[in-house]
Amino acid sequence: MTAPRGWVRQIAGLIRRIAGLLGSVSLTFLGLTCVTFVIGRVIPIDPVIAIVGEKATRSTYERVFKELNLDRPIPEQYWIYLKKILHGEFGTSLMTAHPVLSDLLRVFPATLELSVSALIVGVCFGIPLGVVAATHKGRWPDQIVRFGSLLGYSMPVFWLGLVGLLIFYAKLGWVEGPGRMDVSFDDIVPTVTGMITVDSLLAGEDEVFWNAMSHLVLPASILGYLSLAYVARMTRSFMLSQLRQEYVLATLAKGLSPFRVVWIHALGNVWVQLVTVIALTFGSLLEGAVLTETVFAWPGLGLYMKNSLFAADLNAVIGGTMLIGVVYIVLNMLSDVIYPLVDPRARTRK
Amino acid sequence: MLNRRTFMAASGTTALTSLLAQHEAQAATPKDTIVIASQIDDIITLDPGEEYEVSGQILVSNIYDRLVRYEAEDLTKLVGAMAQSWEVAKDNKTFTFKLRAGQKFESGAAVTAEDVAWSLQRVVLMDKNPAFLFNQLGWKKDNVKDLVKAVDASTLQFKIIEDFSPVMVLNLMATTAGSVVEKKVALANEKNGDMGNDWLKTHSATSGAYKLVSWKANESVTLEANPAFHFPPKTKRVIVRHVPEPATQRLLLEKGDVDMAWTLQADQLKALATAKDVKVETFAYSGTWYTNLNLGDERLKNPKVREALRYLVDYDGMVNSFLKGAFIVNQTFLPKGFPSYIDYKPYKLDVAKAKALLTEAGYPNGFEIKLQCKNASPLTEIAQSMQQTMAMGGIKVNIVTGDAKQVIGDLRGRRHQMTLISWTPDYLDPHTNAGVFALNDDDADDKPKPLAWRDHYFDPTSNAMTMAAVKETDPKKRDVLYAELIKRITDQGPYILMFQPLTPVASRKNVNGYKPGIVEDTYFFRTITKS
Repeated sequence: MTAPRGWVRQIAGLIRRIAGLLGSVSLTFLGLTCVTFVIGRVIPIDPVIAIVGEKATRSTYERVFKELNLDRPIPEQYWIYLKKILHGEFGTSLMTAHPVLSDLLRVFPATLELSVSALIVGVCFGIPLGVVAATHKGRWPDQIVRFGSLLGYSMPVFWLGLVGLLIFYAKLGWVEGPGRMDVSFDDIVPTVTGMITVDSLLAGEDEVFWNAMSHLVLPASILGYLSLAYVARMTRSFMLSQLRQEYVLATLAKGLSPFRVVWIHALGNVWVQLVTVIALTFGSLLEGAVLTETVFAWPGLGLYMKNSLFAADLNAVIGGTMLIGVVYIVLNMLSDVIYPLVDPRARTRK
Repeated sequence: MLNRRTFMAASGTTALTSLLAQHEAQAATPKDTIVIASQIDDIITLDPGEEYEVSGQILVSNIYDRLVRYEAEDLTKLVGAMAQSWEVAKDNKTFTFKLRAGQKFESGAAVTAEDVAWSLQRVVLMDKNPAFLFNQLGWKKDNVKDLVKAVDASTLQFKIIEDFSPVMVLNLMATTAGSVVEKKVALANEKNGDMGNDWLKTHSATSGAYKLVSWKANESVTLEANPAFHFPPKTKRVIVRHVPEPATQRLLLEKGDVDMAWTLQADQLKALATAKDVKVETFAYSGTWYTNLNLGDERLKNPKVREALRYLVDYDGMVNSFLKGAFIVNQTFLPKGFPSYIDYKPYKLDVAKAKALLTEAGYPNGFEIKLQCKNASPLTEIAQSMQQTMAMGGIKVNIVTGDAKQVIGDLRGRRHQMTLISWTPDYLDPHTNAGVFALNDDDADDKPKPLAWRDHYFDPTSNAMTMAAVKETDPKKRDVLYAELIKRITDQGPYILMFQPLTPVASRKNVNGYKPGIVEDTYFFRTITKS
């Protein structure tokens, strides 16, 4: 019997990888739904009162109690819930009276716009700052970067947001205040992506774009500062270990400029690790968005999740948690795709 | 080391910042628009046949008109709104309304009595939260079409089954549940026989002061004035923005990006008191803040113990310190500003009297008891103050705080001893509160009634007095009956009735004319002006 041809092996490998991916994704989902569902059922909040209100009559209360299947054991409730989710039914949100799925599709672009901008801020400033700190280890640029990132780490984003608003919006007037754009620009731009900066460019509405940018820059910078702090510290420590390697000494001895050695050769080798850090940072930005969105009245996923938690709106909470879970999975897959681009070894690895 | 590239990056950032600064739009809101910062995440629908939340009520009452209502011009008098005049038959059971001529819906169609009849029937047929208001009249799904009818294009007639004072019936018609929607438009958007409910959640079909332009959940609501309304609104547009964080509301207001801020807290209000372009006004609000005393507990069943506890609360001390400007003392179940309200305040902190009463009741050394409340300010502060003053009388209070749904769950299950909580009325008639604070005609466990039942307060005399008052047709006699009932519940009921909240409203100094009544239903936008 002859060995299978190369392309057969490749296809088999591909199928295996897809199956593995699907397996891990579905396991992750199962875990997510299970944990959120059980937490939702064991907390001492009456989900029926959350729906019918304090003033409801006993008969209404009991009807809803039955409708929610609360009279059945928890494993059975979970099974019923799981079946619904598999049919794409995330239920209706108590707060908005809309299907959770349509709510999520509406609020997510706002968060995406905010966190992508924050990530750009974090990466564009965090990486160079980390590199500078590493090359100046122990001297003042290093101290400043380390102190600055420690601040970013330890200061509550809620407080930072309020102070930012007070200084840049209320006192200096450099940026626009809370909200995604001025009320006078409401309903001008048709919704395509849900991200106002993108939609306004698509519609050719310059004025709306600049207004939206002016609203975006402060929350994005505040949130970006959080990721900057993390990215800069990680870059610094990755770079320090690279700069100790012998090849650095060799390239310097060969006569390359220090600039080239640091920014091309050493940083080039750090990218692989940085891709993972950036992907994780993006995930944590979604969590940081909860407080930022509250301070900046930014109608995104974070504000939605906060409200639904306070309203004991379990469908919305679970739906939102699942969405964040999906984002994490997508990010992981993305970083898998990006590895070969930044690491030649990953390209040739069998 | 500042190299070429970091320098370029830095200068790029500066350029971007200054570019943004150049594009900074004019801070002030448009002249013909009032922008209000508030918390509107409680809105789940703007269909008047369904909404029952605070923010929804405010908006719906500004969007839709109804047969009769308390108008902004005189909040103490019930007058015709869509109705030009009305008649009540001698038996107090048949009500006939003549509609005002020339009223139009936002579609341009004329308002007919059929629209009114259909709108009232719709509330009962859809059977959503507000349906209970009309169910009280004896209107049920199977009879409402016969009881509520259009006699001709401009005459509406309805009959009620229960014995009720006409004052009470008209007060029910004055609630947002009595709002009139355009039948044709609602039915054109009907889905699966929902009488247009799904569509009306986010759209309007109104003849009232404003039409709904948009509601974006957790973001904003935009209303546009109807210039043809018989009280033309003074500003063209009203936008209510959802700003969850009160400190952010304050910044927006000081900066002039909003004209009014509605949900500020004590510390922001204090800071705004000296602000240059901002004023703060307070208006009475209709809530009742009180403590439930569960008569299922042997000690609390003793009226002397309840009386002693009422003497162990420092009402004045609280409203003069941490509740200052936010609450007034009110020891009755009716909020000040309600029809039939009386000013009755027999209790103040009196430790000696309380001790004497406790000794008479057989508890000379006091006892230990649990006080539950929601974990939110100022409830926890009030609870702490009560803990301190009750300790002076020998009562050791253990405060247990929890989530609202948890606290209410215990109340509904009658598992509490004492619970500090608040209540808001459903409509502007004394029966709305009498019916819950005084009435409990069956104390069985499987017969849940609101507040009196929760505390095992079963008093045939209070029940009889409540029913006599709601049926009394002579308004003067009705006031007398309610005055007696109020005193009875304050002195004997299962409560320590304590406070009534105030609503603070902060607005820019160029914004005038906003004078809200004590219920959300009377928060009129149409009188607001901006110079």
